[in-house]
Amino acid sequence: MSTPDKQPLISLSGICRSYPGVLANDNVSLTINKGEIHGLIGENGAGKSTLVKIMYGSVRPDSGRIVFNGDEVSIDNPAFARRLGIAMVFQHFSLFEPMTVLENVALGLAGQSADAALAGRLVETGERYGMPVDADRTVDELSVGERQRIEILRCLLQDPELLIMDEPTSVLTPQESNALFVTLRKIAEEGRSILFISHKLDEVRALCETSTVMRGGKVVAQCDPREESAATLAKLMVGEDLAEVERPPRSASGAPIFEINDLNVPAPYPGASALQSISFAVSPGEIFGVAGVAGNGQAELLAALSGETRSARSSVTVNGESCGHEGPRARRSRGIGFVPEDRLGHGAVPDFALTENAFLTGHITEPLIRSAMIDHARTRTFAEKIRATFDVRAASVETLAGQLSGGNLQKFILGREILLNPRVLVVAHPTWGVDAGAAVLIRSRLVELAQTGAAVVVVSQDLDELLQISHRISVLTSGTLSGSMATADVTAEELGLLMMETDGGQYAHTA
Amino acid sequence: MRILPELEPRTGDPGHWRFTTVLVALALTIIAGCIMFSLLGHAPLKALHVFFIKPVSSFNGLAELGVKATPLVLCAIGLALCFRANVWNIGAEGQLTLGALAASWFAITWYESESLMLLPVMIVAGVVGGMFWAGIPALLKTRFNANEILTSLMLVYVAQLLLAYLVHGPWKDPDGFSFPESRLFPDASAVPRILPGTRLHAGALFALASVAAAWLMLGKSLPGYRIRVTGSAPSAARYAGFSANAVVWLVLLISGGLAGLAGMLEVAGPIGQLVPTISPGYGFSAIIVAFLGRLHPVGILFAGLALALSFIGGELLQIEMGLPLAVTLVFQGMLLFFLLGSDVLLNYRLVWRKGATPAGSAHD
Repeated sequence: MSTPDKQPLISLSGICRSYPGVLANDNVSLTINKGEIHGLIGENGAGKSTLVKIMYGSVRPDSGRIVFNGDEVSIDNPAFARRLGIAMVFQHFSLFEPMTVLENVALGLAGQSADAALAGRLVETGERYGMPVDADRTVDELSVGERQRIEILRCLLQDPELLIMDEPTSVLTPQESNALFVTLRKIAEEGRSILFISHKLDEVRALCETSTVMRGGKVVAQCDPREESAATLAKLMVGEDLAEVERPPRSASGAPIFEINDLNVPAPYPGASALQSISFAVSPGEIFGVAGVAGNGQAELLAALSGETRSARSSVTVNGESCGHEGPRARRSRGIGFVPEDRLGHGAVPDFALTENAFLTGHITEPLIRSAMIDHARTRTFAEKIRATFDVRAASVETLAGQLSGGNLQKFILGREILLNPRVLVVAHPTWGVDAGAAVLIRSRLVELAQTGAAVVVVSQDLDELLQISHRISVLTSGTLSGSMATADVTAEELGLLMMETDGGQYAHTA
Repeated sequence: MRILPELEPRTGDPGHWRFTTVLVALALTIIAGCIMFSLLGHAPLKALHVFFIKPVSSFNGLAELGVKATPLVLCAIGLALCFRANVWNIGAEGQLTLGALAASWFAITWYESESLMLLPVMIVAGVVGGMFWAGIPALLKTRFNANEILTSLMLVYVAQLLLAYLVHGPWKDPDGFSFPESRLFPDASAVPRILPGTRLHAGALFALASVAAAWLMLGKSLPGYRIRVTGSAPSAARYAGFSANAVVWLVLLISGGLAGLAGMLEVAGPIGQLVPTISPGYGFSAIIVAFLGRLHPVGILFAGLALALSFIGGELLQIEMGLPLAVTLVFQGMLLFFLLGSDVLLNYRLVWRKGATPAGSAHD
């Protein structure tokens, strides 16, 4: 699939863009040839998104040139980018859930009505690229993978020359990712270029012919990823060798400390998953992984575990005592800690300083209140301790949570929960969107926590992560949990099949 | 190709500008006021002098400023707590009225009382009356998810009609020649004056105390922390196990209580009886006070004084230059307008773009 005549489609040179205190893009140059799948890799905060936003016209560079198809252009806004032939699939989809696929597609195309002609084009384009769609279904019925297809098809209908994909596989099963790659290769074979942004190095090696590695706002390497190993790419990306986290042998097992028995929760709103008869048990020293594609009941399960949703008394047991009917505070007092999925706005208050965010859950079990007033000195000491022990890179503990990068904020939240000495820790998507260095630290801290005798539940979409650190794995599909399997006995492919099988055949067509 | 204005979000910390914009808004209000006075055919500098300087150029004037600022600050402190929690109580005027009514019942029933207990009982009644009126939107919101903006606003009119009914009917002064007024309240119910020779009364101390208490509560206490988390990140509040309903009740009851206290202080203080209009719109102006003070207790204290000035200045303009009393409201409106306008420019920058973008395209 490598194109013999390498004609550049878009060429950026000397791109600089600064934000207060940060040089997000420092003299960045990048060329994407026609028909090429170009990988853009780098840690969070490396400047990938800024660069992509510049290409898509939503951010303007301070300086630098962009040459598109031989002409120097100034991409002032996304509408202009689209007219040039640049389309983008965002990590967060912009679809209206109550509307049909066809209506959503029509909305994305300026001046287009949702008529039969468009439906025909949509279905035909879908078939051409191996992405069959039903134009009349409403989006809320669709799985994440199917929603992504709608986004991609909406872009393809604009006949783009360059398709930018921002972390597209972060929400997909391995099988869905493979199907996506087939589609992307077809798109590239037609002479269209693809910029594929990822931090999953294996994917970049499987898909891309060329890749650009960014670190600290600069391009540090351009290479053919197929000729590099994942380890060498990781080193380029992070700037140092990364230690691998190893799953420890299961320390003392013994009686389960955290048990879920026949947990049933009705769907909180139409389109959400109802939890059906979920049972599992975790022993001290054990890491239990819950795999599954987002939208299969993860959010509902996490809320039921944290107490944000209450359930039958007997459905949650800690150390032999039932607490399914209790709310988050009572459960925390029993020694359960939680790291939620959304860091900003759920695990932390964005416009509060780190100190005040340390207080958020810290005050429930730590003595951070003195004579009815917040003990600022102690809270600050606690925040300082989190910052120091979990390598949170922030100017000070008075920095606002919203100003931290995803990885640093995640380290802060995880650190807060671990330093509260939980006997049970429930963690949602611990390294989602987190840079490689932080991910290693986070995983190793979870392993260490289990070694000290805590029971750890990790809900994650990242199968590699679960396979790496958990002792046992179950798969959550459509609100039901499979039996648990010893991690040593399963492969990612087997788990991937399990994720799709029981999902009402929603994924049946792609493979 | 057209050149079109566009708003682009600013990044970074606004620093001192967060507070400086308040001064900018004040300056713009004064400039616009000059233009308005000129158009009305008055010498702008003279009018401004009457409006802004004259009220505070005497000892008595300063005391009057405190009299007017008292209800404004009391209401605005409560509203700021609500707004911080994302609870949009805009019915302080009604809560103020109900507090006044509840307190008045005692004064009218025991109109010959000389008991030292009368005033404290009326204070409690005022607070409870305001709480009761604010409790209705709280109940409707927590039980039925009814929008508190609508319910609290509509209850203002209910309260005002109730007041009108009472002063025209059951509570009308039997010796009052059928004027729609209650009996004069007994001396035992009068809020003591704290500056001899002026109308400044002990209510001002309540206002100052509410500022200090709100400052302590918001910044240092767990309930204040809950209010701020709930308003800023509702999911984080749930995560920490803070009950959203409890916060709705808390802020509405405090806010209603303070507004009710303000109403009680008005009828038992400067007014001394129940009349058909007991407030020139303090409860609504307090919304402006709360925002002008940046929802911060200390800011609200100063904003309350500024708005009080506009009330007195408006009255003086009417007396001395024959301008309509609506000038007060125009000034308050302009102030809020310029404040919100400079807030927009604080958070966004205005850029002029070549207008190649077709209006209404998606994704942008």
